[in-house]
Amino acid sequence: MNKRRPYVRPMDGWWRKNPFFVEYMVHEGTALFVAAYAAILLTGLVRLSQGEAAWNAWLSALKNPWYVGFHLLALAAIAYHTYTWFKIMPRTMPPVVVGGQRLPAWAITGSGLAVAAAASAALLGLVWGLVR
Amino acid sequence: MSEKQKIIEIEVLRYHPEKDKEPHKQVFEVPFTDDMSVLQGVQYIKDYLDGSLSFRWSCRMAICGSCGMMINGEPSLSCQTFLRDYYPARVRVEALSHFPIERDLVINMEGFIEKLESIQPYIIPRETRTLAQGEYLQTPEQLDAYEQFSSCINCLLCYAACPQFGLNSNFIGPAATALLHRYNVDSRDGGKSQRMELINSEEGVFNCTAVGYCSEVCPKHVDPANAVNQNKTNSAADYFLRFLTPKGGAK
Repeated sequence: MNKRRPYVRPMDGWWRKNPFFVEYMVHEGTALFVAAYAAILLTGLVRLSQGEAAWNAWLSALKNPWYVGFHLLALAAIAYHTYTWFKIMPRTMPPVVVGGQRLPAWAITGSGLAVAAAASAALLGLVWGLVR
Repeated sequence: MSEKQKIIEIEVLRYHPEKDKEPHKQVFEVPFTDDMSVLQGVQYIKDYLDGSLSFRWSCRMAICGSCGMMINGEPSLSCQTFLRDYYPARVRVEALSHFPIERDLVINMEGFIEKLESIQPYIIPRETRTLAQGEYLQTPEQLDAYEQFSSCINCLLCYAACPQFGLNSNFIGPAATALLHRYNVDSRDGGKSQRMELINSEEGVFNCTAVGYCSEVCPKHVDPANAVNQNKTNSAADYFLRFLTPKGGAK
C-alpha cells in the first residue's frame, strides 16, 4: 500500500499572511476608487446631456461635504494606485535598451511618475484656467 | 569560549503522513553561533534532537536550489538565511507554501517537474546544422536577451510566493515561464510557436495578476514576473496576428 498522503494546505485568508500580499490587495483595492471616480464623471456627462438644470443640480450635489470628503479620499487612493502602478511597471515591460544599456527599473518607475505628475499638473492648470 | 552559548527557538511545521491527520508545530531549542544558517539549525535538530525530521538540502551555498523553506512566512533558501537575524525571537520554519507537503519540510514537486518537461527546456534548432558548420555564434546582445532567465535553479521559491499558483495549481507559474522565455528569446532557438501554445492556454500567463512577489524572493535575480508579463504581450500579439497572417499566430 502506498503510504504517501501529501497534505494540501488551505488558501483561506492567504492575503493576510504576508505584508507583501496585504499591500497587493490594497493597491488592487484602490482601483475601485478609479472606477468610482470614472462613474462620477460619466454621471456628469449624462446630466450635461439632460440640459442646464440637470447639470447645475449635479454641480451643486458635488458641493455636499460628503462628496468633497469622497473626492479627497479618492485623490489619496488614486495617488497611491498611480505610485504602485509605476512601481510594478519595470516588471511588466520588455527590456528598454538606451545607448546599448538596459534602462534600470528606477528610471522606468521614475519617468512614469514624472509623466503622471506632469499630466495631472497640466490638466489641473487647464481646468483652473477654464473656471476662472 | 567565554561567551555564553546562545540558544534560539526553532518552530518547525511537522507532518508525518502515516501518523498525522494534519501538520502541527513543534518547537526545538537549538544552540547556535552567529555564522549558522537556518539550514544548519535544522540539521542540528536532525543530528541531535529528532532524527525523524525530514528536509531537502545539498550544496549549502545557494546553487542547488534544494533547501527552500518558508522562514517566518517568507519563501527563502535556508542555506543563505541566518539564525542571528531572528535571535532572540523564535524562528518559524515551514515547508514551501502552495505545494502539497510530503513529509515535514519536504514538498511534492511532481507538478513542477511535469511543467518543466512541458515547456521543452532545450534548444529546438532554428535550422538543421551539420557538425562541419561549426558552433553557433551569438553576439553579447543576443546573450543578454536570455542570460538572466537562464540563472533559474528550480528552487521553487517563486511558486511559494505566487498566490495565483496557490489558488490554481494548474498555472504553469513563474519559474517554468521564465525558462520557457529563456529558450524563446535565444537566437539559436526556433521552438517559439510550439511553446506559445502553452503560454496562450488556460494554464498560461493570464493566470498572473502581477503580484510581483515571485521576483522579490528569487535568490538568482531571474525576475520571473518579467518573463510572465512579457509573454502576456507576446500572447496578445499572437492572438491578433492570426487576423493578419494566413497561418500564423495562436491555434
